[in-house]
Amino acid sequence: MLDKAGIAKRIAKEIKDGYYVNLGIGIPTLVANYIPENIDVVLQSENGLLGMGPFPFEGEEDADVINAGKQTITMLPGSAIFDSAMSFGMIRARKVNLTILGAMEVAENGDIASWKIPGKMVKGMGGAMDLVASAENIIVAMQHVNKAGESKLLPRCTLPLTGINCVKKIVTELAVLDVLPGGGFKLLERAPGVSIEEIKNATAGRLIIEGDIPEMDIN
Amino acid sequence: MNKVFNNADEAIHDIADGMTLMFGGFGLCGLPENCIAALVKKGVKDLTCISNNAGVDDFGIGLLLRQRQVKKMISSYVGENAEFERQLLNGELEVELIPQGTLATRCMAAGYGMPAIFTPAGIGTEVAIGKEVRNFNGKDYLMEMAFDADYAIVKAWKGDSMGNLIYRSTARNFNPVMAMAGKITIAEVEELVEPGELDPDHVHTPGIYVHRIFKGTNYEKRIEQRTVRTKV
Repeated sequence: MLDKAGIAKRIAKEIKDGYYVNLGIGIPTLVANYIPENIDVVLQSENGLLGMGPFPFEGEEDADVINAGKQTITMLPGSAIFDSAMSFGMIRARKVNLTILGAMEVAENGDIASWKIPGKMVKGMGGAMDLVASAENIIVAMQHVNKAGESKLLPRCTLPLTGINCVKKIVTELAVLDVLPGGGFKLLERAPGVSIEEIKNATAGRLIIEGDIPEMDIN
Repeated sequence: MNKVFNNADEAIHDIADGMTLMFGGFGLCGLPENCIAALVKKGVKDLTCISNNAGVDDFGIGLLLRQRQVKKMISSYVGENAEFERQLLNGELEVELIPQGTLATRCMAAGYGMPAIFTPAGIGTEVAIGKEVRNFNGKDYLMEMAFDADYAIVKAWKGDSMGNLIYRSTARNFNPVMAMAGKITIAEVEELVEPGELDPDHVHTPGIYVHRIFKGTNYEKRIEQRTVRTKV
């Protein structure tokens, strides 16, 4: 079973040289720590920055330089600043190659719910609806089950949707799965030490298992 | 052409109860702090506020919420504000949550003189309820209307007396698109200079969009999430 850093490490392997990548809040933010050094990747922060760098050294924080999670960050050489309309313009126009975000639920048809629990939590969708509606390549980083032990990979989402038919890949503490265009979660890899039985038990939606399922390589 | 006001109190003097106001900023970054403080002092109420976020309990638009001056918020993300959540769950506050890109582009449309935009954001979700859907090249898009705000209130780094504005780093965010979208746009700046002192090639918001400008004071520039690394 993977910890959050492990999920981030596995997702980092999906990032290719030359990609522009948008990282959501939570586990996706950690992915930045594991991008291989031998590839060039530009991180987009939807509040208006291309070229997001690591956190500043203590004492060098600048209130005017933050990411979409409102954290103080730095700007790498070659960065560009733009306004919020252009930021979502480049997302809508599919200039951003990969979007990595968290979710509360994903359905076997690729629907995603991530922004609201009626009567309990109302924080808003932020940029998530824009990202999932336009991105060509969406990877969801999340826990396989929620705190109550219920599967988050479902036949249909039960919470208000963020977007429809959009999630392509899911990486959890247990597994890597593709969401097939015709529906269903296709199991690609198991986390180290995790059995197929455990993944079956944690997946409420249709799970497709074909042939041997290798253990994932996160090193 | 002189658009210069002495301070925030004078720049907002005619903002009245029930008006629709836009506020630049993302989180607590690039906020028009002086104008928010002046609106709190003036006590105008029943405001409709268009702003990406709702501030925190004791800063930003949170200050207006605390004084019960806001009737309706139009935002994309409103976490990190307990008073906001309390008013919302008690039905004391009307809230319209919309996707962040939709929010920005509805501002842009107003500033570009376009009545509406089409976006795929929100298709198939509750955001789409009651809205016109059009199909272009096999994909569905929602029609979203340009905003119609009485005032846009923005913060820039530098400005001149003709209203030309330059923003700094990610404090730019919503400020340029909102500056374009107000019937009356009020800009507060850290540095106010004379015409000719800003390089025309570096101006982000042309002064034609800005009706009032003043030099702000005592910027707190609060950091919402201070994240650092240690030198090794």
